[in-house]
Amino acid sequence: MKALILSWALAFAATAVAAAPAAPLAAPATPVVAAPAGPTFFIHNGKLYTVGAAGTIAGGDVIIAGGKIAAVGQNLTPPAGATIIEAHGKPVTPGLMASATQLSIQEIQLGAAESNDSSPDLTEDTAAFDVADAINPNSTLIPVARIAGVTRSLVMPVDGAGVFFGQAAVIHLGNGPDILVKRAAGQLVRLEPSVATFGPPQKKLSRPDLWAQFRETLDDAREYWAERAGYHKPGGYRDQRTFRIDLDALGPVIQGQEPLIVHVDRASDIREAVQYAQANKLKLVIFGAQEGWMAARELAAAHVPVIIDPDLNLPDSFSDLGATLRNAALLDKAGVTVIFQPQADDPSQYARTITQIAGNAVANGMPWDHALAAITRNPAEVFGIADQYGTLETGKDADVVIWDGDPLEVTSAPTALFIRGQRIPLVSRQTLLRDRYRNLNDRHMPFAYR
Amino acid sequence: MERRYWPILGALALFAAALVAVWLIIPAHKPVTGQAHVADQFPDDQFPSTYRPYPSRPTLIRNATVLTGTDREIDHADVLMAKGKIVAVGRNLTAAGAVVIDGTGKFVTPGIIDVHSHLGVYPSPNVESMSDGNEAVKPVTPEVRSENSVWPQDPAFSRALAGGVTTLEILPGSANLIGGRSVVLKNVPAITSEAMKFPGAPYGLKMACGENPKRVYGAKGGPMTLMGNVAGYRAAFQKAAEYRDKWRKYWADKKAGHDATPPDRDIGLETLALVLDGKIRVQMHCYRSDEMATMIDVSHEFGFHIAAFHHATEAYKVADLLKKNGICAVMWADWWGFKMEAYDAIPEGIALVDHAGACAMIHSDDAIGIQRLNQEVAKAMAAGRRMGLPITRAHAVAWMTRNPAKALGILNRTGTLEKGKDADVVLWTGDPFSVYAHAEKVFIDGALMYDRDNPKLSPRSDFELGQVGQGPNGGAGQ
Repeated sequence: MKALILSWALAFAATAVAAAPAAPLAAPATPVVAAPAGPTFFIHNGKLYTVGAAGTIAGGDVIIAGGKIAAVGQNLTPPAGATIIEAHGKPVTPGLMASATQLSIQEIQLGAAESNDSSPDLTEDTAAFDVADAINPNSTLIPVARIAGVTRSLVMPVDGAGVFFGQAAVIHLGNGPDILVKRAAGQLVRLEPSVATFGPPQKKLSRPDLWAQFRETLDDAREYWAERAGYHKPGGYRDQRTFRIDLDALGPVIQGQEPLIVHVDRASDIREAVQYAQANKLKLVIFGAQEGWMAARELAAAHVPVIIDPDLNLPDSFSDLGATLRNAALLDKAGVTVIFQPQADDPSQYARTITQIAGNAVANGMPWDHALAAITRNPAEVFGIADQYGTLETGKDADVVIWDGDPLEVTSAPTALFIRGQRIPLVSRQTLLRDRYRNLNDRHMPFAYR
Repeated sequence: MERRYWPILGALALFAAALVAVWLIIPAHKPVTGQAHVADQFPDDQFPSTYRPYPSRPTLIRNATVLTGTDREIDHADVLMAKGKIVAVGRNLTAAGAVVIDGTGKFVTPGIIDVHSHLGVYPSPNVESMSDGNEAVKPVTPEVRSENSVWPQDPAFSRALAGGVTTLEILPGSANLIGGRSVVLKNVPAITSEAMKFPGAPYGLKMACGENPKRVYGAKGGPMTLMGNVAGYRAAFQKAAEYRDKWRKYWADKKAGHDATPPDRDIGLETLALVLDGKIRVQMHCYRSDEMATMIDVSHEFGFHIAAFHHATEAYKVADLLKKNGICAVMWADWWGFKMEAYDAIPEGIALVDHAGACAMIHSDDAIGIQRLNQEVAKAMAAGRRMGLPITRAHAVAWMTRNPAKALGILNRTGTLEKGKDADVVLWTGDPFSVYAHAEKVFIDGALMYDRDNPKLSPRSDFELGQVGQGPNGGAGQ
């Protein structure tokens, strides 16, 4: 049995979960998008916040070629044929990563149901739900977010009543059609009662209900994966409550390969999740964590990262009475890896608030460079794309932003944007609306002709 | 800069003149003399304010950058407050015996006013038993008042205070076509809503365009369409007009000495009649430009005025129409797309409406957003500048101070730093349009109600006592 698990684990390191019934383990490889060959750019004289070992480089240059960062440093020589872009000493950062959004899987939250693939509709509980099946590279939310500097996102299902909500994915926000960077980037679980603010009332589940279901499902998954071949033998396997597709999806989670993203806010829930994950060797990420600062020591000791919206400071449920604006700073100070979610209410439409979120974390005590890491390198490392994204370093995909001021300042904005080496125009549906209506006096023809 | 506002002020003045004219030609409203008192107008004195300014000492903030809210930025300036009022704004002020606060490197603005909040009616904790913001049992409920739902112990009030909010309008939600009366509060900790109530501030009437009433009532007898919405507003105001006329006739008959029986009192229609009389200000949730135009027509049909369209994400498409009708547009900086009627919102909305000469402002509609309206204005200002509009911070500050005061009908009392106004004042640690700035001291009617550096001046509600949330800061800013 153990051998089976081990062999699976080895196989799994480079494969995705099989989706078809009884499919062999030789599932399609995780689609890692190859950066396309691209034009060559020379960014001259920027203040480079590399978020890497080189730290900040004043008066630095960046060479972009073939979709990658070809060189970073001072006094570089522009390659022949490179388009030279003058940064005038302004800040240059890696593209930003907005974590825990529904970018590309949700167009309109309310009243346009078919445009919204963000949460399981079929069953309350499903680990098999995979946002990668829903990715729409033509979502109008993508240009809106990227012209604010967001070039990557951890796309996550939305949780509600239930335990398992399915698999997250990482996307890039560059030119499509293929924007999926990493499938099965995390499995979302909720282990505290949900609060339904709007919409139909949700079934309330108590913590012991949630935990019992959570434990049993993972036990099922372990048993299943221990003897996966026996599952379909007549009489050879016990009935399990969990669907086969969900058991399949949980394979990499129980093996500690794929992050288990547990949505809890209360300190006691955080501690319980940490203990369970340690005992079962799971790769845990805590999402929410409004009382994270109260369990910061345990989180740090167990090397468990958190995804938080640091602006949440209201006791808006009995699970987050300890919410505070100091959460990010205290977690960071304790040594916890912090990742930021944009405005938690609606992180997709407001993915562009990720810089403001980070700025407020700084205003409330987090070091500036740590806040920048929380929207670049940290999520890249935790969600397994640090080999290609997260810093301004040679060899990484060229996600590069030139800013007109401090990138975490609310009045700042990108002046130039590159995603995987392609220069992206600073245009969105919103800039087009702006330009159409900027002069109301000109009525010689209807606005629709502009 | 002020000139930009003349057309609006002109429109308002014309409107006011029209009101006065209406007033004068209606005999029922003339004072009754020489006989027993007969009421000749609808009563409007229920739930009277018990708020009184808290004790204060004369206070002089010295050598700060002052954004007055009147399009002026004065550096190295002083602000003097005494007896709850602004005494002077200028350089080199002196005041014997005043508490002196060094404002060097800091900024002073008027207190922030949020015209759209549900604090207290949708409080924290957000639990079923205290969800008191929408009387969603029928689409027209002018008889309800948000002040009767406000839970003064909502911890979010203190968080907003720590964000520099000194005045806020609490509205019923938007489930209903006509959702009830709003109330304007001074943001002081209190144990009753009456003790927060802004003395003399006009009431608002919450109305809602668009998707929400349809969604709530579509399967419950309607309205289920936009045309159903409009029929609903018109039916309600028709009844209100008839109700008002009945009472006017009664008052006139009594005054003439005729034997007359008073009509049955209807509390909801009374509120709408006060809207028709111009005493309650219509605050209307309305996203789409076409619906705003429709509502302007409805207001003309029945002779009421719409003070402001809230959530006016498409106001930038009809800014000229709003200007012409003297209607304010209340917007977010960058909320958009959470439903179809918000799909066309753009970050330049506030700047474009302002640039067209209409009255533009920020609002929160959110217990988190209300804590950083200064940052929201900063984003709106920056977006406008990037499209080439010359917007100074002296001007932009009005989007969270002067213009909200105008929309609420309290500009004579607050919203700018001018002599004689309520001393609702915020001292900021730096440029309030920076993400790194904090409200350091917040004065309401001259009383220091929040001090970031003094835990004793960091209020916490009863709900927060004995809870885990007492660290690491505790209280106001949490």
